[in-house]
Amino acid sequence: MTSAIRRNFVTRAGILVSTVLLLAACAPGSDGGDDDDDSSGAEPTPSDVETNVADMGDITLTVWDQEVRGGQARQINQLNDAFMEAYPNITIERVSRSFDDLRKSLRLAITNEDAPDVVQANNSRSDMGAFVSAGLLRPLDPYAEAYGWTDRFPESIRAVSSYSEDGELFGEGNLYGLPQAGEIVGVWYNKAKLDQLGIQPPETLADFEAALAEAKQAGELPIQYGNLDQWPGIHEFGFMQNQFVDKEEISSLGFGVEGGSWTSEGNVQAANTLQDWVQKEYFTDGFNGLGYDPSWQQFAQGEGVFLISGTWLLADLEAALGDDLGFMLPPVGETGELTVTGGTGLPFAVTEAGENADAAAAYIDFITSSDAMQRTTEAGNLPVVDAGEQDVSGAQAEVFDAWATATSQDAVVPYLDWGTPNAYDLLAAGVQDVTGGEMNTDDFLGSLEEDYTEFTAGSAD
Amino acid sequence: MVSEPPAVGARRRAGRRGSGPPGEPRAVAYLYILPGFLIFAGFMLWPLVRAVGLSFYEWDGLSLGVWVGLDNYRAVFTDPGLRSPFVHSLVLLAFYSAVPIVIGMALAGLMARGVSTGSGLRGLGFFRTVLFLPQVVTLVVVAIAWRDIYAPDGPLNELLRALGLDALAHAWIGESDYALPAVGLVGTWVGTGLCLVLFLAGLSKVPRELYESARLDGAGPVREFLVVGLPALRGEIAVALTLTIVAALRTFDLVYVMTGGGPGTATTVPSYEVYKRAFQDGEVGSAVTLALLLTAVILAATIAITRVAEGADR
Repeated sequence: MTSAIRRNFVTRAGILVSTVLLLAACAPGSDGGDDDDDSSGAEPTPSDVETNVADMGDITLTVWDQEVRGGQARQINQLNDAFMEAYPNITIERVSRSFDDLRKSLRLAITNEDAPDVVQANNSRSDMGAFVSAGLLRPLDPYAEAYGWTDRFPESIRAVSSYSEDGELFGEGNLYGLPQAGEIVGVWYNKAKLDQLGIQPPETLADFEAALAEAKQAGELPIQYGNLDQWPGIHEFGFMQNQFVDKEEISSLGFGVEGGSWTSEGNVQAANTLQDWVQKEYFTDGFNGLGYDPSWQQFAQGEGVFLISGTWLLADLEAALGDDLGFMLPPVGETGELTVTGGTGLPFAVTEAGENADAAAAYIDFITSSDAMQRTTEAGNLPVVDAGEQDVSGAQAEVFDAWATATSQDAVVPYLDWGTPNAYDLLAAGVQDVTGGEMNTDDFLGSLEEDYTEFTAGSAD
Repeated sequence: MVSEPPAVGARRRAGRRGSGPPGEPRAVAYLYILPGFLIFAGFMLWPLVRAVGLSFYEWDGLSLGVWVGLDNYRAVFTDPGLRSPFVHSLVLLAFYSAVPIVIGMALAGLMARGVSTGSGLRGLGFFRTVLFLPQVVTLVVVAIAWRDIYAPDGPLNELLRALGLDALAHAWIGESDYALPAVGLVGTWVGTGLCLVLFLAGLSKVPRELYESARLDGAGPVREFLVVGLPALRGEIAVALTLTIVAALRTFDLVYVMTGGGPGTATTVPSYEVYKRAFQDGEVGSAVTLALLLTAVILAATIAITRVAEGADR
């Protein structure tokens, strides 16, 4: 090989290496940085925001929601039609997906230049929190003042849609969205079956366990449960926690702030009791292989005495079971005080990339107005505010009463998967493994504790 | 690069190239492949280079990435959450590749024998079509159907109970011992038809006289297939291996629809993990690293099969 050829080779290799280094040095996400600076430099003040929708010109508002179940889909369609009727210059383009699908596709959609104007984003740190810290959602505080949301929505409701501007702190700071519905995870029960068994709706853990044993003995399925989709298990464990763990501690774990421990005695008891109930065969046979939808549909067809799930099933269950459907708050357990997992439905948020922020905010105001709350009620859902003013009966009244009791007693604790970015995965897989007998409760809680302490130590810096 | 005059040898070579046969300007040839190359570069090479770049970062897909060097690669070999998907896909290899090829070969041998002996196997076309049908159906539809079949009260368990085999009924995709084989069996069901049709085509090339002479020499049905049919199928086996191994390694739809990687993490596979990390967990760097390694494994497997098949041909 002559020296020239070798030199040539060295030069080429040099160019190749430096090209690759240059490429590598171009950090991903770096081209989004400038936009952030621009937008945060010109934050609108209440006097800047436009609230007169009719003056906004012709606008197509793209809205991504996850209201796909019967009752919810109906009410959001009615509200969209009413909004377009009231403001003919606005056209709403609705994209609706199931919770799972929305959660997965939103991340792509929201970073796109054609981002939707309004999106329903999960409150959790890994969803809304991540969007906020990346500067993808618009703080709604100026609108909150202009539309009077601050007075209309109680602090506790706004807290679960609030983040600090860098997305680090959850439960405080700017307001990034408003929900339509309230929701709590309680106990649905089949009144006809309880009557047959001669049991009153149990108010304490002891009574509840006695009822389960009695139902089992009578050949009934005590608790309808399907966890193939992994997330229902998180609610099942949360329900157990409600009986054994102080609500302050659950709140710390759910908001991902210091002050709680996954390995506390209460959490160990909760996990052990869950395993105990599995061994006593209180749950549907093969629950880890049964989907969530088939599971509640089976309950709606009269299979199962209890179903531990959220108030979002009200419309669908009532349509099937009618007067036989009952709802109650979780029984009071070892802690001696009422605790219930819940919060709000997914909040509607306004994207930074969407060009119609004023119209988007007006839309959110419209779908959370008193009129909207009445429609939400009529559609069989639980309105996040004004629940006490609605004229309801039957199971709906029981749900509304439960919500009123829970909020007035300050008994609502946040969803557990909100706490840390890994919490959802750890809980989803962990509950399946613990109930399937693949993992002991110490390992399950230990992995959660490790993740939690690591996260709270990191964000405290 | 040209600051120094090139050495004599280099200049002579350059001169020779310029004075090629008249009417054949070679440089133009590159122009012909340019359109194709641009598309290839834009949609294949550039994303690949970008992916390699991304794999050195920890990036949530939303904000600014952080340079982590080779940490993502190291994690694949040390983090059990990243290693087990590859182990699972090894198990799936047996269900997706080995079993369908064996079954496909046995069925093809049977059917071909039916034809070669002239015993007139009735409904051959019907069986071939039915067995190939799973290949035609979209995998998502297949997955939804099997999710219902495997349900605790699904047709499979109903059948077992009807036969009095209650003890054998399981929540198939809800129990970690059975979930992975259950997913794998769907792969077998889908892949067998493809192998069968490939092998039937291969066997149809074999002259009937070969079978007859083997039979005259006293070969039974099995021996007849081993000495006449099997050697003729070498090429088809290589194709079937390549297709089924690639299908096994990049399994996604079945896992996504049927189990979501559960119960626990019993059925996570590399492609699903790539998707989950990139779009759900916001760990794009780690996802890209996994995707690159998966690409490398598939490439290596394909090359190895081709090499072996070609080597045996010679």
